[in-house]
Amino acid sequence: MLSIKNLHAKVEEKDILKGLNIEIKPGEIHAIMGPNGAGKSTLGNVLSGREGYEVTDGEVIFDGKNILDMDTEERAREGLFLAFQYPVEIPGVSNLEFLKASVDAVRAHRGQDPLDSVSFLKLAREKCKAVNLDQNFLKRGVNEGFSGGEKKRNEIMQMMLLEPKLCILDETDSGLDIDALQVVAEGVNSQRDPNRSFIVVTHYQRLLDYIVPDYVHVLAGGKIVKSGGKELALELEEKGYGWIENGAA
Amino acid sequence: MTQAVSDFHQQALSQWVGKSDKFQRLNADGSKAFEALPFPTRKTEAWKYTSLYALTQQDYNQAVATFDGAEVAANYQVDSLDVQQWVFVNGQFQANLSTQKNESGLHMVRFSDASAEQLALIEKHLGQVAENERNLFTALNNAQVQDGVFIYVEKNTQLTQPIHIVNVTTQQGQAASAFNRCLVVLDQLAQATVIEQFVSSDAEQDVLLNQVTEAVVGNGAQLQHYRLHKEHESSLHFGGVYVDLGRDSQFNSYQVLLGGKVKRLDVLVNHNEGGSHCEMKGVYLPKNDQHVDIHSYIEHKAAHCTTDEIYRGIMADQSKAVFNGRIHIHPDAQKTLAELSNKNLLLSDKAQINTKPELEIYADDVRCAHGATVAQLDETAKFYLQSRGISAQEADIMLSFGFINELLDSIPLEPLRVALRPLLAQQFSSDRALTQHILHDEAGA
Ligand SMILES: Nc1ncnc2c1ncn2[C@@H]1O[C@H](COP(=O)(O)OP(=O)(O)OP(=O)(O)O)[C@@H](O)[C@H]1O
Ligand SMILES: [Mg+2]
Repeated sequence: MLSIKNLHAKVEEKDILKGLNIEIKPGEIHAIMGPNGAGKSTLGNVLSGREGYEVTDGEVIFDGKNILDMDTEERAREGLFLAFQYPVEIPGVSNLEFLKASVDAVRAHRGQDPLDSVSFLKLAREKCKAVNLDQNFLKRGVNEGFSGGEKKRNEIMQMMLLEPKLCILDETDSGLDIDALQVVAEGVNSQRDPNRSFIVVTHYQRLLDYIVPDYVHVLAGGKIVKSGGKELALELEEKGYGWIENGAA
Repeated sequence: MTQAVSDFHQQALSQWVGKSDKFQRLNADGSKAFEALPFPTRKTEAWKYTSLYALTQQDYNQAVATFDGAEVAANYQVDSLDVQQWVFVNGQFQANLSTQKNESGLHMVRFSDASAEQLALIEKHLGQVAENERNLFTALNNAQVQDGVFIYVEKNTQLTQPIHIVNVTTQQGQAASAFNRCLVVLDQLAQATVIEQFVSSDAEQDVLLNQVTEAVVGNGAQLQHYRLHKEHESSLHFGGVYVDLGRDSQFNSYQVLLGGKVKRLDVLVNHNEGGSHCEMKGVYLPKNDQHVDIHSYIEHKAAHCTTDEIYRGIMADQSKAVFNGRIHIHPDAQKTLAELSNKNLLLSDKAQINTKPELEIYADDVRCAHGATVAQLDETAKFYLQSRGISAQEADIMLSFGFINELLDSIPLEPLRVALRPLLAQQFSSDRALTQHILHDEAGA
């Protein structure tokens, strides 16, 4: 599904990713943990093709295609989805028209006809319900005035609507109370599929009780410094990152 | 004035002034003021960023020859808007294109058709609000005024239908000027909606339109006023809206300014008596080589009045906009609440905005705020949209439209809101595929 080899990337002349490797097979869930500033969000931005994030070396093959030359929207249409750590507020653009535009674009890319507005509205309402967001959120501006937790649930709702192949969840659990965490986890688990993979970035082992990963990686200093099974998360929570970073250095 | 009278002034005075015996006093005062106001240069503060070079290249002080505007009806018809519609082409009334519906309590006549009683009212108010000194084109309008539209709404009358006045300009084959004038008087507790629309034929324009509207809003009366512009890219417009507010009256103004080579609009609102409320919302969206200049003046002369003024501009290509908004709180205007906000979006490196919000406060117990911002499209928001599969082009359009969406949504008159949505969307792209999602909303949700 996703193969990253020796990825180097810099932001504003600063090297952030320094030889990152990861292999993700269809249906797998990989958790990435690591200290603040390690480059976790940078990885998500690089994979999404954000301007200003320059790949200086390495390759990224997504579903058999080299995506590094693709525009952001092309990658999204190919099935890459990034749930943002800090979703941006866009006043004046209604959530509904935004969602319709996204879904239409992705469907067109897959050769599907656009949904008519009535069916789309029905679908969007369904997904709202699944993440416990009131339907009024569809009429509001994108993330405008949403609470932290509502923004995160809006991200998961988008993921459900777009049915991507690879979902990168960047700290989707941060700032959620326990009920919201469960809603988000259920949302994610409902999307688990033999053909869909997840990268779950988190600081807290707690999330991994709900979304059980196949692998846990530690990203520090711009590369993966340790990988293991889900028990690694528990160990990290107990001991912090110091022992690995020291070992790696 | 020591400097020799400019060619423009000389030509204007000999062409337009002293042609009839109506409103002689106003004409004389106007022409005196006009003569005293120098032809604007870069050093003229009120015209600092708006060049009148075009007026020096051709003699615009010539009468219009042709009036046929029948073929442009599509440029101003609004679906499902049931109105009295008066159409003027190059300043001339077109009876065959107009519809008149009688409503009790409403007097709507041309000055030239006014009864003695109506004429007395016109003479009482005409030129009382449109100050000569504000603007030389207003002074010139005063100097030449003979005819125009008079709208008078009797005491306690709430009009059920909006009044729609359309000003069309067409191609002449040579430079010319057209004038029009509108006087709205609402008596005590009267309510009316007046839509003024400015359009042109699709041909290259050579008519300069000088149009002034005055409104006298009586005690407890409410005026909802629209000024909608979408002229050809080559048109010249010099307009003024001058409003006197009586005690506890209300003025709601909505302006949509599109098109035009040079468009200048002066808006003056006087809170004269106390307790009045002014809500002013405007958007300007110049593109290509268009130039739009808005000067607004709100005079708080009495206590307990409120002003809520919001203008938003989106400048594309090499276009230029000027926004000068002044709120002046006089010493007696205690308990004033006044806010002025002007936000601008520059879509290209070559687009320009000069914004200057001004607050002048001479009373101590007031709450006022003003601010202006200039920004470019938010890259983070754009990336967010693209990361969901939306093309860069459509993302730009959605974000631009989003910038003015709120103001559009606040338009109370539904048929206008519905008609304006596609018109504004079209500003950003004529490709329906790129605007379909921003247009989808009103029907869908
Ligand atoms: N646009 C940018 N401009 C400058 N520096 C940046 C930019 N984006 C990221 N960085 C820097 O890159 C480094 C990695 O940041 P990143 O956001 O990827 O960390 P992270 O692992 O996601 O951290 P956290 O756990 O706090 O979310 C940091 O030092 C950060 O300051
Ligand atoms: Mg991060």
